Amino acid sequence: MLVQSIGLTLQLATLTTLILLVVGTPIAWWLARSTAWWKEAVATVVALPLVLPPTVLGFYLLLLLGPQGPGGWLAELWGGHSLAFTFQGLVIGSVLYSMPFVVQPIRNAFEAIGDRPLEVAATLRAGPFDRFFTVALPLARRGFLTGAVLGFAHTVGEFGVVLMIGGSIPGQTRVLSVAIYDYVETGDWGTAHLLAGGMLAFSFVVILTMMMLEKRIGRAGS
Amino acid sequence: MTETRPLSARFRGQVGAFDLDVAFKAPGQGVTALFGPSGCGKTTILRCVAGLRRLTDGYFALNGEVWQDNRVFRPTHRRPIGYVFQEASLFPHLSVRANLLYGHRRLTGRSGWGRGGPEAVRPDGVRFDDVVGLLGLDALLERAPSHLSGGERQRVAIGRALLSQPALLLMDEPLAALDRFSKDDILPYLERLHGALSVPVLYVSHDIAEVERLADHLVLIERGRVTAAGPLEDLQANPTLSIARMPEAGSTLPAIVDSFDAAYGLVTLALAGGRLLVPGDPETPGARRRVRIAASDVSLARSLPVDSTILNALPARILAAEPQGGIQMMVALALGTDGGGCHLLARVTRKSWDYLGLGPGQAVFAQVKGVALVRESSPL
Repeated sequence: MLVQSIGLTLQLATLTTLILLVVGTPIAWWLARSTAWWKEAVATVVALPLVLPPTVLGFYLLLLLGPQGPGGWLAELWGGHSLAFTFQGLVIGSVLYSMPFVVQPIRNAFEAIGDRPLEVAATLRAGPFDRFFTVALPLARRGFLTGAVLGFAHTVGEFGVVLMIGGSIPGQTRVLSVAIYDYVETGDWGTAHLLAGGMLAFSFVVILTMMMLEKRIGRAGS
Repeated sequence: MTETRPLSARFRGQVGAFDLDVAFKAPGQGVTALFGPSGCGKTTILRCVAGLRRLTDGYFALNGEVWQDNRVFRPTHRRPIGYVFQEASLFPHLSVRANLLYGHRRLTGRSGWGRGGPEAVRPDGVRFDDVVGLLGLDALLERAPSHLSGGERQRVAIGRALLSQPALLLMDEPLAALDRFSKDDILPYLERLHGALSVPVLYVSHDIAEVERLADHLVLIERGRVTAAGPLEDLQANPTLSIARMPEAGSTLPAIVDSFDAAYGLVTLALAGGRLLVPGDPETPGARRRVRIAASDVSLARSLPVDSTILNALPARILAAEPQGGIQMMVALALGTDGGGCHLLARVTRKSWDYLGLGPGQAVFAQVKGVALVRESSPL
């Protein structure tokens, strides 16, 4: 039961982080390079989860993912009738909820590169994709590390959104943060202590590791 | 500029605060300097040539290949150029060797993203070992760019541009961001390059000393317009141009070493219309050199001066003169009794000019007080 929750949490966080790296990178690139006047509006939408109460996000997601929303139609493709209270729904919610934590550092890193290295690469016969993969990505690697770690840790720590759209179905949606809540509610303080302490240690180690890695990359890169 | 030239450029458009409207042609070999004060639009022109900036009203062709006109706009990565920026702009995540090979690999198709193709390295192309030798990069190859001095970085940047086998080398004030020492370190390399390179170079600069050492042709630019263009020696000899008004105005003349007087340490140089004695090291007779004579180091006499310490007094004819600031006259001379030799500028006072009754067409003697050997003259 406990192990199941831990496994589910890691699975959710890993999947969410991978999806966000794939989806977030082009968004971050566009936000960093575009000159469109409305790009800050897009940036604001991406950043909304930073200030929205998770329950608000969860509420709208519930509508979207439920049987009456697009999520329901999507679920019908594989015979379900709703994405709410499923693992898939949780992944979608987590991706939206953690997006600013991944997109923002990557965008900052892309912006910090400036035009020059890309112009140099162009004068050396590198086409747009070539420039992106051989110059922009390696130079922005600090931003990717920060984004990945923050996205992962933030997904592990999410609670409100999960509760709204996932409930607490063991093996499906019952992640660690929800499990702790359940244990406290049912008076199982011992297990709650164990989990809470474990999360504390995990968070500490994650952030410490990230800072040390960043420092090292920074030294190698400059 | 009547013959057709391999390089032809025209750019027109609003650029920041002023409008650019330039057209010029340049030869298919040697260094053509785009010269003018800071902010006159030189760098913008170079960026347009590279395709890094797009002015809709533009035209550029090299050796008959059109890179830009009303219909065509080749993106930068499809133009066979080498671009050396003011700051070396090396890729910080790559070693010196990987930096040098970044463009090279994309021609030979040894990169996952590059294509070997019609542009693949020709057998007579620039070779890695040659560039490393020419620019003295041997000891630096495995280093990271962050462990290089400013001059070393710029040398790597130049090598990197050369190794992409450019048909045209663009240099945007490659020395401007360097301190005095780094500049002195890199100038000899640029001069060697000048001799070894078979492709044309567009060299942006606002430093006339640099231009005199490196350039063969000159395009003068002021406030977004071309004010004059032509061979360096011709433009320098024109007293009406803005470069003649600079305090350091002077002439750059091609010369050939004639003999060496070991007893006095003097080299005799032959140039069109006369001979010069110049202090210097022993030189092989026949070697080509370039000499620079500052306009303020040339004085005029109506007869051959005797009893003078000045070694060089050359017969010449006055071509034209231009008053400068009411006190001085900038005089253009042609060397030789018949006035058929190279052109030379002299800065004299208006008082002397009037006192000697000088005027265009008159035969005079140009007394040259100082001559500087600039470098080996290019084999053009």
